[in-house]
Amino acid sequence: MNSSSANTLIARGLIVLLMVITLLPFLSMLSAALAPQGSYPNGLQWPSDPQWSNFARAFEVAKMDQLLFSSMLIVLGVVPISVLVATMGGYGLAKLTSDKYKWLYLVFVFGLTLPFEAVITPLYYEVRAMGLLNTRFAIILPLIGLYMPFGVYWMRAHFLNVPQDLSEAAQIDGATRWTEFWHVQVPLARPAIMSLTILLFLWTWNQFLLPVVLVQDPMQRTMAGALGAFQGQWGTDIPLLCAGSLLILTPTVVLFLIFQRQFVAALMQGAVKG
Amino acid sequence: MPKTTSSVPDARPEQKRLPASRRSRKTWLTAVLFIAPAFLAYAAFVLVPLCMSLYYSFLRWDGIGQARFHGLTNYITVLTDPDLLQIIGNAFQLVLYFTVIPVGLGLAVASAIRGQMNGRFGMATRTILFLPQVIPLVAAGIAWSWMFASTGLINQALKSVGLSSWVKGWLGDFVWALPAVGVICAWVLLGLCTMLLVTGITKIDASLYEAARLDGARPWHEFRYITLPGLRQEIGVCITVTVIAALASFDIVYISTQGGPGITTTVPGLEIYRLAFAHRQVGLASALAIVLMVLVLLSIAPVQWFTRDKK
Repeated sequence: MNSSSANTLIARGLIVLLMVITLLPFLSMLSAALAPQGSYPNGLQWPSDPQWSNFARAFEVAKMDQLLFSSMLIVLGVVPISVLVATMGGYGLAKLTSDKYKWLYLVFVFGLTLPFEAVITPLYYEVRAMGLLNTRFAIILPLIGLYMPFGVYWMRAHFLNVPQDLSEAAQIDGATRWTEFWHVQVPLARPAIMSLTILLFLWTWNQFLLPVVLVQDPMQRTMAGALGAFQGQWGTDIPLLCAGSLLILTPTVVLFLIFQRQFVAALMQGAVKG
Repeated sequence: MPKTTSSVPDARPEQKRLPASRRSRKTWLTAVLFIAPAFLAYAAFVLVPLCMSLYYSFLRWDGIGQARFHGLTNYITVLTDPDLLQIIGNAFQLVLYFTVIPVGLGLAVASAIRGQMNGRFGMATRTILFLPQVIPLVAAGIAWSWMFASTGLINQALKSVGLSSWVKGWLGDFVWALPAVGVICAWVLLGLCTMLLVTGITKIDASLYEAARLDGARPWHEFRYITLPGLRQEIGVCITVTVIAALASFDIVYISTQGGPGITTTVPGLEIYRLAFAHRQVGLASALAIVLMVLVLLSIAPVQWFTRDKK
């Protein structure tokens, strides 16, 4: 009994230590963000006169309103279509093809480990040939394609677990595959679709490589891409940089806190399957 | 999306009497209509560019002028040039930080707390440990650049415990820059690995541990013979995710060090970007990209093989 309570104590201690390590960078940024403008703050030191106005200034300098709008447009362009197309593809691969077409699935799976850097150079020339360079479509279209391996893999795994009787029952009721898909399969797949939506939202919002390479104007980028430009411009003004960074990471953190159960589930399953 | 598919009457009861060949052709057509959009998007923005990468890798091309066939020269350069070899080596050194620290610490925490992650405490833990997964890597890079800065928290802490001689600009130091970048990446992945392993350990049958204790097993034996084998799959997942993240790293290095000082923290992802868009050596960049892709596949294959085995 004694040793097990000692164990519990050690375990709690370890966890608390991990949490402190996780939170320290955020706190350090916050303390720097509140330091007087243009000063050189210390690592972690609550300023005597916290300058909350730094956040307002960073909001203005970073044109946060435009950034939020731009990121939202990109997310709206990428996520709904990717989820729909991946769901259809996953259903097709799980329920409509025989083992003869396993290779098609393997072609998709091959893309799971592909680093984005492996295709970024040709993507640049491809997007340029389409005349889309420096537009949001330069981020939206390639991302839809790049998400297909994971999306299709994810949805196929879900549909494989749906009992075959279900679609047979729908077939006997005279449903076409298309109506069966919409009225029977999609409603049942809601948890899987929800997780996929959350993951794709996060990956799009935080996408950095594509905006940096394909879009010059920070106002047409994702939040993360714009943050890179912001650092390039204001890297020496530590209070402003920290305030701007905190602002830019706020939207995902707020969403995460609201939907945290779904986020945690999605991230964990996403890792397991990915 | 092609709503027209709904007009394809498929497998209605009376059609069960259709000849088998027509029925299967119809099923095949439906399958194609369902899979085609996903496949087309994948082909246009992954498969075609990948083939182009392969094609470019045999060229000498500045991205503008005439391209000339260059044979295997680019690949020979990638595999013999000391700078490029060091850059590839950097990526593998980062694997140590990306993988070993999060998985090691995660295992330690998981076996210590073993299923005590319920209630409000567990909820708070989950929320906080997942934060680094939710923010952009760029933000993590900026936060830690500040932590490692000359007036940052790390140096402040060192001074306060009397280690002033250790104070330095970590990310600008030829020896310490790469480990510092490694620490950033470990921080990002630590929470995810810990939570995966903690969740995994709750699935191990508790009676195994009781039986082991009755047999007089030491904690180390419990860990070696129950926890490790029981977590085989979760460990495999953690290693796979972190190794891919390490070899394909870009965001954090780009933000925190730009690959410097010198090329001490340059990773293949960053070098591809630089070769292709700053030095205009598209052929060499593509060869490096193909090599990187193959390296990722080669590193992941044994992990997958080990962890799938016996399951």
